[in-house]
Amino acid sequence: MNINLTLVGETIMFAMFVWFCMKFIWPPLVEAMAARKKSIEDGLQAAERGKEEHAQAKQNSEELLANTKNQAADIIANADKQANVMIDNAKGAASEEADKIKVHAKAELDQEIVKARNELKGQVSTLVMRGVNSVLEKEVDAKTHKDMLSKLSKSL
Amino acid sequence: MATGELTSSAYIKHHLQNLTYGKFPDGHWGFAENAIEAKEMGFMAFHVDTLGFSFVLGVLFLFLFAKAAKRASIDAPSGFQNFVESIIDFIDDNVRGSFKGQNPMVAPLALTTFIWIFLMNTMDLVPVDWLPVLAQKIGGLFGADPHHVYLKVVPTTDPNMTFGMSIGIFLLILFYSVKEKGIGGFVGELTLHPFGKWMLPANLFLEGVNLLAKPVSLALRLFGNMYAGEMIFILCALLPFWIQWSLSLPWAIFHILIVTLQAFIFMTLVIVYMDMAHQKEH
Repeated sequence: MNINLTLVGETIMFAMFVWFCMKFIWPPLVEAMAARKKSIEDGLQAAERGKEEHAQAKQNSEELLANTKNQAADIIANADKQANVMIDNAKGAASEEADKIKVHAKAELDQEIVKARNELKGQVSTLVMRGVNSVLEKEVDAKTHKDMLSKLSKSL
Repeated sequence: MATGELTSSAYIKHHLQNLTYGKFPDGHWGFAENAIEAKEMGFMAFHVDTLGFSFVLGVLFLFLFAKAAKRASIDAPSGFQNFVESIIDFIDDNVRGSFKGQNPMVAPLALTTFIWIFLMNTMDLVPVDWLPVLAQKIGGLFGADPHHVYLKVVPTTDPNMTFGMSIGIFLLILFYSVKEKGIGGFVGELTLHPFGKWMLPANLFLEGVNLLAKPVSLALRLFGNMYAGEMIFILCALLPFWIQWSLSLPWAIFHILIVTLQAFIFMTLVIVYMDMAHQKEH
């Protein structure tokens, strides 16, 4: 139990060991541990973010789907409406056209009737003239009987 | 275990004698053959066993931890790496808890102190006769008288070891006190407290004792505990071999606690002393 140079030797040894530990052991280990801690934290954060993104994407797709459904319904409704309008229009146009044709035909018919009647009137008056001639055996003065004749033809 | 020609007291003394290499009074260097020769060598001597065991254990610690540090990766660690990292975490927690300053040296200092002392203390758990008898046999092979081959296995039972460490700590305390507070600040701390400047001698005496008590108490606490523990193992070894276990086993189990506790106390006090050296305001 004598105090001797061992004391100095141990002090030097201690200093060397501490120096070595400070230089080559402590920093790499602590750095590696800190880096691992950080990478785990980052991983957890990334997972959290991924979860959030997933939820967001799900919500987005749901919204998109709902929108699309609404849009499709709108389009169908519009198309229905437009078809109805078109049918109505077509109906209107057709009935208008039919009316027009009817009116036209009637007018033509009337014209024909008048024409035929006039023709008939002329023929009848001629016939009457001839009949009267033959009855009277003499030429009827056209001028004198013209008024009578025209009255006659009018009354027909 | 006391054999024929050895008395109990000779056996104990033999176990408490370091293997000493030093300068004889007549000027030549050599191994001391007995306690008287070792004493005559005075300061100019080395305890080869203390230096050797502490060196081997320190290198073992540095080697294992350096290996772990080299392989330290961000990927999942395994096996020994985990063990090393749990120790690092433990030391780091302690340093963060007690040391408020900024100094990258304190944590490695604490780690080295803890593991080195722990390993040296653990040598106490090696049965007391194994290594000394082995050394005697080896010494015999080299032609030395086996009775003059001494070996003290536990470096921390040598006050040279514990004082060597605590003097290192003391120098660090002085260095960082001066560095952090300046010479004026450090001298002021030693002379102006606790009684104010009119009681300067009393202050200096109290603070001086306080300062010197740090390394002395560090060294003596560790030395005393380990020396006493070692002594009890040696006494247990005096019993007949078939009954030794009944005392040495319980003591060894209890000693595991002391081994760890003493290393932990030394480390904690080192951290606290370094913190005090870094504190600027008093």
